[in-house]
Amino acid sequence: MKNIKAEVKNLTFSYDKTSTGRPVLNSVSLPVFENSITALIGPSGCGKTTLLRCFNRMHDLYGAVKYEGKIILQPSGFDILSKQVDPLEVRMKVGMVFQKPNPFPKSIYENVAYGLKIRGIKKKSYLDDKVEDSLKKAGLWKEVSDRLKASASALSGGQQQRLCIARALATEPELLLLDEPTSALDPISTAHIEELIGELKKTVTILMVTHNLHQAGRASDFTAFMYLGDLIEFGESSQVFTNPKEEKTENYITGRFG
Amino acid sequence: MFDQTNAKLLQQIKFLKAQDVVFWFVGLFVLAGAFIILFALIYDMGQTGIPRINQEFFLNFPSRFAGRAGILAAWVGSLCVVLVTALLAIPLGVATGVYLEEYAPKGWFSRMIELNILNLAGVPSIIYGIMALSLFVYEFGLKQSILTAGMTLGLLILPIIIVTTREAIRTIPNHIREASYALGATKWQTVRSHIVPYSFGGIMTGVVIALSRAIGETAPLLTVGAVAFIAFLPTPPVMAVAPYVSAQWLMDPYTVMPIQMFNWISRPQEEFHVNAAAAGIVLLSMTLVLNALAIFIRYRFRKKYKW
Repeated sequence: MKNIKAEVKNLTFSYDKTSTGRPVLNSVSLPVFENSITALIGPSGCGKTTLLRCFNRMHDLYGAVKYEGKIILQPSGFDILSKQVDPLEVRMKVGMVFQKPNPFPKSIYENVAYGLKIRGIKKKSYLDDKVEDSLKKAGLWKEVSDRLKASASALSGGQQQRLCIARALATEPELLLLDEPTSALDPISTAHIEELIGELKKTVTILMVTHNLHQAGRASDFTAFMYLGDLIEFGESSQVFTNPKEEKTENYITGRFG
Repeated sequence: MFDQTNAKLLQQIKFLKAQDVVFWFVGLFVLAGAFIILFALIYDMGQTGIPRINQEFFLNFPSRFAGRAGILAAWVGSLCVVLVTALLAIPLGVATGVYLEEYAPKGWFSRMIELNILNLAGVPSIIYGIMALSLFVYEFGLKQSILTAGMTLGLLILPIIIVTTREAIRTIPNHIREASYALGATKWQTVRSHIVPYSFGGIMTGVVIALSRAIGETAPLLTVGAVAFIAFLPTPPVMAVAPYVSAQWLMDPYTVMPIQMFNWISRPQEEFHVNAAAAGIVLLSMTLVLNALAIFIRYRFRKKYKW
């Protein structure tokens, strides 16, 4: 059995602090295992992206939200959702890659180095090494090593997304969040990214939201199926996709709804 | 029942296309009308004024004799006043715009401020003049100085700079902000390394257009006491003796281009009207150059960022 890297405990979440109605996430509990890929699946509006964005307190950017429960990072026991914890500290530990490739309109080098620079690292040789290392990990080094000063906007969509992955890796996050990382990409770029995250899990723990069931089945080790804010089923992907315990899961993965 | 023969459909298309042609002509007519009037005005002014423009015209102080009068005091005054205006209004306006877009919580309070800034942008300039007269001239005791004029025009263009700054910032897609925050950046780091650089073109365009408006303003400066006849320049900011720099020029009396024009045009002698037309050409060129600069900046930056 693998070690637990992060653990969601009875997480209930509402966007509105005063809301008394149904929460967006309803008492979700979920383990995230170290050096593996956990996929969050479910129909639109099930709360999978909302759950993902709890992991780096992204919701805090948009005013008062209500978290109940915990997300504990192991082995430190750091509670991401604690009121005493500054969201900045969380985001320094947890990296994120978004649905649409969103490189900064700066050079490729600047994009990768940005996370380190805002942490106060100025030493050029260290930054150079880190940029090269991260681009290599993201499988982009060969394509861009001769034009690090070129604008990131000139890259193709798939390259931009790998650049965003490199940018997130540069700060050595404990956990990497991927929010439908291939939904804006063509099939070839998608295959590239999937292959890449399969490599990445050797060094980083990955939590990924995906709309694409084939992707979840192919690329992930564990799968969590969510429906209307509830976690319906969690298990090893091979089990969830071939032999689901819950009827709702079966209906969803066989395409009966969603 | 939806039942249309092909002939009917073609007839329909013909009718709709005719509508297009009609509107095309109406638009062209209106546009041509506006252009013709504008060119007639410029042509008329140019006809009278251009022969009067020569080196002496720029280097002479105003005079009782129309032939010897020049715009030296006026253009130097305009430059000094606009410099003060820019130094005050740009930092204040840009900072306010950034604050309202990136920092202020979105609620009834920020909506109220937003509404009031829009209202301020529409307040007649003479009202700013009256306010500046009682506040800057009398209350602060700044007299009829370049500083007063710069502050007055600064207030006048502040809402324009705030509004254009906000609009420029709003063109930055939210996923760029999220990318920065997700890496652990603070608000200030995000503003400094992303928000301001990416909206710089839009902000500068707004700033330049606001300044070109300030150069042409007359009414508020009449109220705060621009002097119409002035035969000396402001104190130079650098001196040969210690402490070498001087801010005395800020407190000097001044005149500006549009007021010099206004003064000449209100004289009965025809020769002074020629001077006014010549000064008008110079003023118009100044604003046109600024506007062209604004277009250039916008074009440069629009090409630079594709989201």
